[in-house]
Amino acid sequence: MNYSQFLNMIPEATLMLALVLVFFADFALYKSERKTFVLGVLTGALLLCQLVPCFLAEPATAFGGMYVSSPIVNVMKTILTLGTFIVVVMSQKWMASNTKLSGEFYMLVLSTLLGMYMMMSAGHFLLFFLGLEMASVPMACLVAFDRYKKKSAEAAAKYILTATFSSGVMLYGISFLYGAVGTLYFDDMAASIELTPLTIMGMVFFFSGLGFKISLVPFHFWTADTYEGAPTPITGYLSVVSKGAATLTLAIILMHVFGRLVEYWEPLLWIVIMLTITVGNLFAIRQTELKRFMAFSSISQAGYIMLAVIGNSAQSLTALTFYVLVYVAANMAVFTVISAVEESNGGRTDMAAYNGLYATNPKLSLLMTLALFSLAGIPPFAGMFSKFFVFMAAVGGHESAPFWPYFVVFIALINTVVSLYYYLLIVKAMYITKTEEPLPTFKNGAAINWSLAICTIGILLFGVCSCIYEWIDKAAVAL
Amino acid sequence: MIYELSYLILLLPLLSFLVLGLAGMKMQHKTAGLIGTCSLSLVTLLSYWTAFAYFTADRVNGIYQTIVPYNFTWLPLGNLHFDMGILLDPISVMMLVVISTVSLMVHIYSFGYMHGEKGFQRYYAFLSLFTMSMLGLVLATNIFQMYMFWELVGVSSYLLIGFYYPLKPAIAASKKAFIVTRFADMFFLVGILTFGYFTDSFSFSFAGDIVMGQGTTPFIEGNIAKAVAAGGFIIPTALVLMFIGGAGKSAMFPLHIWLPDAMEGPTPVSALIHAATMVVAGVFQIARMFPLWIEYAPQAMSIVVWVGVITAFYAAAVACAQSDIKRVLAFSTISQIAFMMVALGVSLPGHHGAVLDNHAQLGYMAGMFHLFTHAMFKACLFLGAGCIIHAVHSNEMALMGGLRKYMPITHITFLISCLAIAGIPFFSGFSSKDEIITACMEYSPVVGWIMTGIAAMTAFYMFRLYYGIFWGTENKEAHAHHTPHEAPLTMTLPLIVLCVITVGVGVYTTIAGFAGWGGSFGSFVSAAGTDYTIHFNTQIAATSTVIAILSICLATYIYKGESQPIADRLYKTFPKLHRAAYKRFYQDEIWQYVTHRIIFRCVSTPIAWFDRHVVDGTFNFLAWGANEGGESLRSWQSGDVRKYAVWFLTGTVALTLILLCI
Repeated sequence: MNYSQFLNMIPEATLMLALVLVFFADFALYKSERKTFVLGVLTGALLLCQLVPCFLAEPATAFGGMYVSSPIVNVMKTILTLGTFIVVVMSQKWMASNTKLSGEFYMLVLSTLLGMYMMMSAGHFLLFFLGLEMASVPMACLVAFDRYKKKSAEAAAKYILTATFSSGVMLYGISFLYGAVGTLYFDDMAASIELTPLTIMGMVFFFSGLGFKISLVPFHFWTADTYEGAPTPITGYLSVVSKGAATLTLAIILMHVFGRLVEYWEPLLWIVIMLTITVGNLFAIRQTELKRFMAFSSISQAGYIMLAVIGNSAQSLTALTFYVLVYVAANMAVFTVISAVEESNGGRTDMAAYNGLYATNPKLSLLMTLALFSLAGIPPFAGMFSKFFVFMAAVGGHESAPFWPYFVVFIALINTVVSLYYYLLIVKAMYITKTEEPLPTFKNGAAINWSLAICTIGILLFGVCSCIYEWIDKAAVAL
Repeated sequence: MIYELSYLILLLPLLSFLVLGLAGMKMQHKTAGLIGTCSLSLVTLLSYWTAFAYFTADRVNGIYQTIVPYNFTWLPLGNLHFDMGILLDPISVMMLVVISTVSLMVHIYSFGYMHGEKGFQRYYAFLSLFTMSMLGLVLATNIFQMYMFWELVGVSSYLLIGFYYPLKPAIAASKKAFIVTRFADMFFLVGILTFGYFTDSFSFSFAGDIVMGQGTTPFIEGNIAKAVAAGGFIIPTALVLMFIGGAGKSAMFPLHIWLPDAMEGPTPVSALIHAATMVVAGVFQIARMFPLWIEYAPQAMSIVVWVGVITAFYAAAVACAQSDIKRVLAFSTISQIAFMMVALGVSLPGHHGAVLDNHAQLGYMAGMFHLFTHAMFKACLFLGAGCIIHAVHSNEMALMGGLRKYMPITHITFLISCLAIAGIPFFSGFSSKDEIITACMEYSPVVGWIMTGIAAMTAFYMFRLYYGIFWGTENKEAHAHHTPHEAPLTMTLPLIVLCVITVGVGVYTTIAGFAGWGGSFGSFVSAAGTDYTIHFNTQIAATSTVIAILSICLATYIYKGESQPIADRLYKTFPKLHRAAYKRFYQDEIWQYVTHRIIFRCVSTPIAWFDRHVVDGTFNFLAWGANEGGESLRSWQSGDVRKYAVWFLTGTVALTLILLCI
């Protein structure tokens, strides 16, 4: 056996190492009071080390094509690592007041991340499935991490049940594909897949499994309940990191493995995306519970992310990855603020808790506003650029100017206006709505401030600094 | 590389803007002012250094090279891309020197002038923002970058005009300036997009390639050729549209209406933005696009000429009747910018192969030269006016008179600048204006004589202003409880510096022009980048000097005395003419009528109705639908996991069926 192929798996290998180190450190620090902090710093440092090998640029394979490492996947890994890092940083405050099991928390986070890595780098449906499950199961534990809250347990139960169900449907789909093509390797399948009802059925069933992860309509029902019940940092993690991994994987598999079925998966995407964006928005409008609200917002954002794939070109992958990067910054900022507010008012996350926030906590409100503006796509924040690139990617890549991609983009544009309305509801609550007893001024603590600082830099700079987009573009073209 | 620090020229003012804008209110006035001034001093040094390096660098075949130290793609859009970068060529380097010099003088001057004002820090923050934007505008490597900074310049001008925002006129003036220039900029943008759409490029690199006869890159030439192939009118149309934008910024008739009102801003701002730098952006734009104008749109250049001639005459006529000293200077600025426009416009094509003939060179060089000299003496005049306003607390000429005894330094510098603008030999304005008139004469004697006449009017109204302020009857009543006094050193020093430049440049170029020496302005800036030696046409020089002196004598005769019988008699003889000129020939009223009565009533009202009923109705309907939809969909989200699974499976099967059916 040629061991040098392990060198192509440096991201996974370092993550494994981090997992083991945190595990032992957790034992060694058993009685220390500063355990959470030390572990957090350790995890964070290891995550940051992760960023270095992620810059590996050359496409490479290991284990006979089971594992594939490509530049764009490495870029996405870097972005997700950054997202995870922010989650780890922002969860400090929550952890300090809610749980003593910090070691477990970090390990679970790291193992879901490892699962996502595997899923993204898979070159074979088996490894892909393993990665997916490896990301799903610890995620359920994380959702249930608030052990003394019923809602948390309920959320986890709903999550794991739906996840199991969707995995079943997906495996069913994969078995169809195996039956029709006779291989589970991505490359082989791409080469020999034929257009038959069986493969189409397999593809849709497979699609629904990842659709669950991304929470595309109609596979999204678990989202609101789970997001609401899960601890806030985990909700952020679910909405950003988990989603980012699944979208890129789905995009690569659709464009690469099902390349020959493009006439079939494109209509599939049109329908699903229009449904996702619209339904997500319609539900979001009426929400007063902020975490449920963000759940529906993230459903519609997922629709925007997938919109890029319609273009079926390298530009699509660039736009998708860039969107995820921008989304990481904006959404994490929102969840950090939610978490900070939640911790200082006894766990309330309804919108009324934000009334008059500007009067007492002006800086926090301002950052929240920036993040919401970015989510809504208002220039000059990064969100406007990412939406622009996604729209460009969606209508580009076609020979002529076909009707449907433009139509889908048009629907998405109208929905942008709707989303602006509901994002501004929060801004209105913070700035305009008068209240008798606004939340008293509170101190954020260093962890929250750091997390907010990173996110805000991202919101302000990711769009304006064109080099980031170009860097992603280079990686996407090299795929 | 020598130019590798050039990015600091843009970065330093930006940083100082950010620091002053974000933390300024916590600082002492003095600290804030010092931060702004120090960063600008560094910028000035860097600019001088860049200019020195650039103009002493080896030329290739006697031609200055276009140098692009930095350029990167900011936003790729298919074939097109928006770049950001720094471009150095003779005109941008010359502008660097002008902008940084005047801006530094204004920074220093403002220490005295704005002393103790509320919002001192905000003032310096805006000055930094303006300087950064203006430098970015002239250093742009492509027309889109130029447009971005162009708008930034507009914004900072808006902010500074409205600096005294508690005062109603200041707000009205700032809004007027912003709206009028934005209206013109709309045409600019359309021009840019037309140009970009047909040529697939926003880049300025053609400027270095086509006319100056260096190795033309096929890419750019192909682009221009593509646009020409698509229709010969495209490039002229785009250029004229861009010119409308430039005319708005440079206050050309009839878009000049914002500039006199912009005098509501602090006087140093008027000196910097509304006399020396921003208002010449339109001239700079024409100069930047000059190779395209003479190559592809020579006929359209007559539009530039005639707009310039009309503006120059109109503004000079109005300036003769104004009583507010800043308004006089404002109209004089409009008139002088029009001189520059005319100079560029009369540069007809006539190049033989790669080398432009004398004719095209002359107008271009003269326009740029006048831009340079005008920036210096007009800034000096405005800053001098600032000292006077500081001393008598009013803009009205009626409250002045006899000030020469109280303010000797201001008096002398003001006089020198007046002599310069009037075109007296050995002062800088003479050399540049004379070249403009020579170029006009070669273009057409009619234009030449009209411009000579306007130059005479210039000398007349400037000396009317001068005598009104410094001679004539002293208004003892107004000065009774408050004797006017000379301004502090921070304010007089900039005056002296600008004056020294005016005289120094004037003396050297006058002698060099008569003697035919090199090393004059033409050696630095010329259309082809070559060494252009200025030779005065003795006949024209003599004529215009004599006419200027005659006008000055006339002004002296009418306005110098304690009482002014002739002036009074003139008012009585032509009351209507005087009133019309005083009211700026009712231009504002005409605009008011056109916008309020015609556009608002006949166009805007129906559109507003349509907007309120049809558009709003549609969106209200959408919102209502969205709300109702959200309400009725709620039952889906029941919280029952079994139902979720059913929906999941139904969805999957339904999607499969849909796909199988198509």
